[in-house]
Amino acid sequence: MKQINNILEHFGGVLILCVRSFAYLPSLPLQWRRLIEQCFLIGYTTFPIVAILSFFIGSVLALQAGYSLQAVAGQDFIGALVGLSLARELAPVMTAILLAGRVGSAISAELATMKVYQEVDALVTMNIPPERILVLPRLVAILLMMPVLTISANLIGWLGGAIIAQNIEFIQLDQRIYFQGIQNFVKFRDILDGLIKAEIFGFFVILVSCHVGLRTTGGPREIGASVTRAVVISLILILVLDYFVTSALMKF
Amino acid sequence: MNQNAVENGERQRSSIGLKIENFSKSYDLVPVLNNISLEVNPGEIFVIMGPSGSGKSVLLKHVAGLETPTNGRIIIDGKDIAQPRTRRELSMALVFQAGALFNSMSVFDNLALYPREHRLYDRATLRQKVMRALETLSLQDAAKKHPSQLSGGMRKRVAIARALVMEPELILYDEPTSELDPTMAATIIEVIADLREEFGVTSLVVSHDRDLALTIADRVAILMHGDLLEVDTPANIKRSENPKVKDFLNPVIDIKNPRFKKKDYSS
Repeated sequence: MKQINNILEHFGGVLILCVRSFAYLPSLPLQWRRLIEQCFLIGYTTFPIVAILSFFIGSVLALQAGYSLQAVAGQDFIGALVGLSLARELAPVMTAILLAGRVGSAISAELATMKVYQEVDALVTMNIPPERILVLPRLVAILLMMPVLTISANLIGWLGGAIIAQNIEFIQLDQRIYFQGIQNFVKFRDILDGLIKAEIFGFFVILVSCHVGLRTTGGPREIGASVTRAVVISLILILVLDYFVTSALMKF
Repeated sequence: MNQNAVENGERQRSSIGLKIENFSKSYDLVPVLNNISLEVNPGEIFVIMGPSGSGKSVLLKHVAGLETPTNGRIIIDGKDIAQPRTRRELSMALVFQAGALFNSMSVFDNLALYPREHRLYDRATLRQKVMRALETLSLQDAAKKHPSQLSGGMRKRVAIARALVMEPELILYDEPTSELDPTMAATIIEVIADLREEFGVTSLVVSHDRDLALTIADRVAILMHGDLLEVDTPANIKRSENPKVKDFLNPVIDIKNPRFKKKDYSS
């Protein structure tokens, strides 16, 4: 019973945080400096790890597809397979998972520290709502940066697949055929679906991390616990949402 | 408000009073403060004294509206602090015991955050106001430093300077002189008194500094184990007949018969 209560409380808290933060949307132009700083922290610093990971995901997809398809001489479809699985599923999910580990953890640690050392209380006594300067710029920044990160993940992953498909002995698929496959099978709609998913995951990762960080009470040990909690909740949320959002998008 | 202050472009400030009515607080059913009622008059320096753990800081947090009481109300300037809009209408600053400085910002930015967020001044005026607050507490050399580079006493002074920049009508101090050397403690006491002289600021101070309470306070409250024992002028508090108050203000150090070995030792 207490567990259920706890979960519901988290849901309510996240919802309230979201509404409160966006209520301060009119103040955003006044804090453009903070927004740019957050875009830099979220986008620029996450890009290298997204690039490395998506390159190798693309590569391993091409490798596995080549290995399976060579038996039926279906190498021509490697492009379609790598292209579609990245655009529709792997690019948004893996980017969101990296975001949870790279940015979500940092945000929850920072906000938890601010909460524990009374910096958040100080903001409240100064009539500066923490949601306005701590949460809103981060939420808007992720909405701006997530599509950029996901598109980069798509392109780099496709490239990784192409290099592997051409250079591995038992596949030896010409790059032109590979990219032709992507062109024929990956529709704009597939990429759009992936971007919508990425946007939703990224938004929730940041929202949950902010929420968990700001709820922290106690001392240094609780800061660590908050970071763990933020990442675990984010990961579960990404995979659960993934199923439901995907099935919802298929109906439209 | 004197003429000089008006010429310097001070915002109009008026004194505000505060009233605590039948206030109680429990954490997980453990009572921390029991049925406290007191009134602080506009422009008054009111000091709450008591041993550590008597609930002084908890009371201050409630006055600042950071927590909600279990029972009772806190009225500031005629408005209930539990109402969210009350805080927006009031100009109140809390000086935290540990400073609560923003660690990611320099000292200057810490002080400038409030006026910047509320768009109070242009760039030049802001700089001048911040530097004046820093000079008051002899911190002008620390403006570019980060809180992690400061000593405990300096952090406390920055916290007070940050409250000064807010130009509040009511300042709440949580142990303003602890961790400070005697000269700096005296400076802080003078700053608190001067703010009242110059601007009529109401001050609610939580402290166990006898010098502070007995020199500048208009009235002193003694809080012990969650109960309000006495509220009176410093002169009357000094003459108090209550044995607990006497022992708290003038503890006798008796090596032959130390108090921690006495049977009724409880604090």
